[in-house]
Amino acid sequence: MPTTATKAKASAAPTHHHSTPAISLQQVGKSFGDFEAVKGLDLEIRKGEFFSLLGPSGSGKTTVLRMIAGFELPTAGRIELGGQDVTYAAPFERDVNTVFQDYALFPHLTVAQNVEYGLKLRKLPKAERTARVAEALEMIQLPKVARRLPSQLSGGQRQRIALARALVLRPQVLLLDEPLGALDKQLREQMQIELKAIQREVGITFVFVTHDQEEALTLSDRVAVFNEGKIDQVGSPSDLYERPSTRFVASFLGNTNLIDGELARQLTGSPALLSLRPEHIVVRPLDSIQESGTSAATAVIEEIVYTGPTTRFMTRTDHGTQLIVQEQNGATSSGATRGSTVRLEWPSRYNYTV
Amino acid sequence: MRLSAPAKITLRVFAGIVMAAIYLPLALVITNSFNATTSGSFPIKEFTTKWWVAAWHNEGVREALWTSIKVASVATIIALVLGSMVAFALSRYEFFGKNTVNLLVVLPIALPGIVTGVALNNTFKTVLEPLGIGLGLFSVIVGHATFSIVMVFNNVQARMGRMNRGLEEAAMDMGANMFKTFFQVTFPGFRSAFIAGGLLAFALSFDEIVVTTFTAAPGTETLPIWIFNNMSRPNQAPVVNVIAAVLIVASMIPVYLSQRLTGDDKK
Repeated sequence: MPTTATKAKASAAPTHHHSTPAISLQQVGKSFGDFEAVKGLDLEIRKGEFFSLLGPSGSGKTTVLRMIAGFELPTAGRIELGGQDVTYAAPFERDVNTVFQDYALFPHLTVAQNVEYGLKLRKLPKAERTARVAEALEMIQLPKVARRLPSQLSGGQRQRIALARALVLRPQVLLLDEPLGALDKQLREQMQIELKAIQREVGITFVFVTHDQEEALTLSDRVAVFNEGKIDQVGSPSDLYERPSTRFVASFLGNTNLIDGELARQLTGSPALLSLRPEHIVVRPLDSIQESGTSAATAVIEEIVYTGPTTRFMTRTDHGTQLIVQEQNGATSSGATRGSTVRLEWPSRYNYTV
Repeated sequence: MRLSAPAKITLRVFAGIVMAAIYLPLALVITNSFNATTSGSFPIKEFTTKWWVAAWHNEGVREALWTSIKVASVATIIALVLGSMVAFALSRYEFFGKNTVNLLVVLPIALPGIVTGVALNNTFKTVLEPLGIGLGLFSVIVGHATFSIVMVFNNVQARMGRMNRGLEEAAMDMGANMFKTFFQVTFPGFRSAFIAGGLLAFALSFDEIVVTTFTAAPGTETLPIWIFNNMSRPNQAPVVNVIAAVLIVASMIPVYLSQRLTGDDKK
């Protein structure tokens, strides 16, 4: 089919679906004494993919990253990079590079020397080293700080230098350990955009560890959600957000209404737990006509919170279930008032069993 | 904390007394080295530089100085190598008996010098002499190394505790093996502590007398031993003053340097 072919060509990033995965973890486990940080993990990361490991602190995502880098050895299982077994290889024997959370720039070397360090170890000729360092600093838009020491840079600048230092080596895989965690919100959002642009430009597989669900959804082609040493779900951001497979995924990614009991039975015929996103629900007058293919519940509005672009309604259905509704402010505002009884309506396909 | 005026005055007076007690005798030694009389009578009636000339030409002083430099240098090198290796092991690895090793390494500095001296003296005389290693320069160096190691160890270990381990991981991540990581990243990280520790070790060894007394053979004379032996001789006393004056100045340099070095890293 010609259409699919052009499509695949157009989206440069995740093309090699059928080739060897960039990273493959097979039944990987890691214990620290009695504590099982990672439990029998299977994961495949595709070439050229922006892949995020998302989870709360202590969920095992950083341990997985450190095992891929070679800083920790797994206590069980096998790790492959580009089809080669590297389970017990030393960090300096793996074609991966890491951007550390605290950047880990060498304080006794200038910015240029920091970026050049790995190239020197690879014994590249001086001229090529200089050219590649200049190119890397150009890419992160900091060509002027080459002669400075890391201590003379701002946090955002250090972050970029750390990125340049890793990318200049053109590894198969770049590992990023919460690289934006130390930056303030504005800078972080700016860096997210740049990071994504750089990843698209260099086409290297990025494995990105974060506990920030919004960051993971914004940046990633695919995300693995970690929960207590295991992966609950792997999928594209929209997969995870709209079709969460577990209660944990549903509540960790954004806000959700978890519905069980009587209301669940009314909606799906079974009392199994449902996840329903607040923004999928619309508030309608009781006397309006229910559209086909929708589910509905009658509810009283108990509280209204105005947040600028949206308004949140805290409601209670006649089954006693609390439902939160998020409404875009603007032309379609319902104008519902506190204490009024309304009908909550949403497309039935959003009743998602978790 | 704000101090009341009387408290301030009292503290200043005390500080002044303590400083005077330390530094006036030092000043006295220096001025006395220019005193023409051999008895060091005060106030000085006639100034002279003849003792300085005499000290310069004194064979015993020269020999003792050379011995001291040899001892202090070798002891410092031993301390630098062993002290930083122990510090590295204790701050980077977990192993059985780690705390005990830590204590055993630091203990010699707390142990009275006389105990170290007697113990080493016994060991050399009863165990090593029959094996052909008697008291001499070597035994003095070993004696000095026991406490010099602590100087290096303490400095380096404190620094390593504060160093960012991520730096070593970063080096390995970029392809540096263990050896390169150590010399290109770890060592530059504690270099100033290493040098500071070495300077202190050298200074400590240079003026050591107790352990030296017990570990030196009769022919081996370090500068402090020479001073001690010659202080009571009336015609040598002025020369001793000269040596003391030189040592005051000379010992300030390493201490000053080591303070500067360790202070530098705080910024």
